[in-house]
Amino acid sequence: MDDLMTVVDWSRWQFALTAIYHWLFVPLTLGLSLIVAVMESIYLKTKSEKWLAATKFWMTLFGINFAIGIATGLILEFEFGTNWSNYSWFVGDIFGAPLAIEGLVAFFIEATFVAVMFFGWGKVSPRFHLVSTWMTWFGASVSALWILVANAWMQYPVGMEFDPAQMRNVMNNFWELFSGIAVNKYMHAVFSGWALSGVFVIGVSAWFLYKNRNVAFANRSIKVGGWIGLIGLLLTMWTGDGSAVEVTKHQPMKLAAMEGLYHGKQSAGIVAAGIVNPNKTWNNDEDEYLFDITVPYGLSILAKHDVNAYVPGISDIVKGYTINENGDTVNTVSYEERIRQGKLAHEALRAYDTARARQDEAAMDSAVNMLRQYYPYFGYGYFDSVEEAIPPVGLTFTSFRIMVILGSYFLLYYIVALLAVYKGDWLEKQKWLQWIAMCSVPFMWLCSEAGWIVAEVGRQPWTVQDLLPTKAAISEIQSGSVILTFWLFALIFTVLLIAEVNIMVKQVKKRSLTNLETDVH
Amino acid sequence: MNSGIARIPRRIWNFYYDGFREMTVGKTLWIIILVKLFIFFVVMKFLFFPNILKRDYDTDEERADHVRTELLKK
Repeated sequence: MDDLMTVVDWSRWQFALTAIYHWLFVPLTLGLSLIVAVMESIYLKTKSEKWLAATKFWMTLFGINFAIGIATGLILEFEFGTNWSNYSWFVGDIFGAPLAIEGLVAFFIEATFVAVMFFGWGKVSPRFHLVSTWMTWFGASVSALWILVANAWMQYPVGMEFDPAQMRNVMNNFWELFSGIAVNKYMHAVFSGWALSGVFVIGVSAWFLYKNRNVAFANRSIKVGGWIGLIGLLLTMWTGDGSAVEVTKHQPMKLAAMEGLYHGKQSAGIVAAGIVNPNKTWNNDEDEYLFDITVPYGLSILAKHDVNAYVPGISDIVKGYTINENGDTVNTVSYEERIRQGKLAHEALRAYDTARARQDEAAMDSAVNMLRQYYPYFGYGYFDSVEEAIPPVGLTFTSFRIMVILGSYFLLYYIVALLAVYKGDWLEKQKWLQWIAMCSVPFMWLCSEAGWIVAEVGRQPWTVQDLLPTKAAISEIQSGSVILTFWLFALIFTVLLIAEVNIMVKQVKKRSLTNLETDVH
Repeated sequence: MNSGIARIPRRIWNFYYDGFREMTVGKTLWIIILVKLFIFFVVMKFLFFPNILKRDYDTDEERADHVRTELLKK
């Protein structure tokens, strides 16, 4: 294999590109399916054609998004098998089982209920059609559960034991996979999909108002999309708070990177806006920020729900100490010690390998015992310096701020949109408000993608926290083929994205010229 | 009763067949989906994304040995 880090970096870029592209579609599927199901439920209750027309309009946009997005996630699995084969093997059935369930659930839901949703009008009873629409939403949400459980396990690996003979982590407790990290991550992702879809519905509806077409339909859509989106956003914030507490417990380095915090503090403030100093390292005396606007106590509240809580910084975590709830300094395991223990774990695995070749059972047992002792820091054994175990602080810090600032903006957005639509013709007459509603739509995607960047960049250099860094997870492949496929994917994804946006715009324009009070075709 | 059960596959087929036939926006989408699946599964998967461990090793034991060697040399 040529230069290891070139292959690692290009494979990471390729995976990031694919995941970011995949996530353009997923949240809209999660949220728009709910909005459509609610609209159809109202239709069934009121028997009013205007709700049927609204249902069918948004269902068409859901269908376009679903069709273009379908199978984009499978590319991630291709990449696991080719670029990340060591990782794929190492994670064993823990990753495989949830993904297999996801595949089966997705297949059955998509092959049955999505088909009934689109083809079943007039062919199945209205009630069964409604059930199918709800099942589509339910199936998409359940499908996301398994992926996010698998992702959460990579952030907080539990419920398994490493078997050196199989060289895999073998699941020994399925239910442990549903950790606090997993539950919060799942809810955070799903609710963010509702929030994103609400903004999408309001943005498209604002265009109807701007063009003065189907005004009643647009107002109706804003009400449904606005409420679902607002509820989704509030729940996203709530689960985001839960995620922060879990990250503090299990991934303190990620939290410190999110905050650009090098030196821990009691009653720590949170940086509302700022720029981290790129020259700052864990062991120099440079300032942490080039500038910052800090909200007092914010970080302690976010991390531990306690204004007096101590939050350790990057330097503290590397050096191996923190302060407990009583204010006492307590030792944790320093990164130098983790590296030492990681290398001992590697030695144990090597000894196991040698003993196994000799069929020396006693030596194998001894090696396994030593491996179990040092296994919690197995991944640190790949590092030569502690710097290698620190995530990219600038990108994590900035992405976190983009997510939070835009999230807060969209809270205001929803409040204004709902007030405006309930306040008679305010939204209908204020062109500037309609412009803001439309232009804000891409920023919701930016907010959502930024959240994933925080989650995934913030946990670097790990593919599996503490156990397997990216440079060990990579396959023995040529960088040339990774670079080539990166650009091929970039090209294909761009073309597909342009196709989706074009088809959606055409549909919206075409349908806007029909009467969406009565046109139920 | 038996003939009713026997007709079920036919009815399911007709349901999907009519559904696809009567699609409006869907025709363009289906072309995109099929082209996309062809590119992903035939071109990309076949040419560029083999499952390395499945391709190069016949048994799980061989795969485990390879991964052990890989993880110990890095």
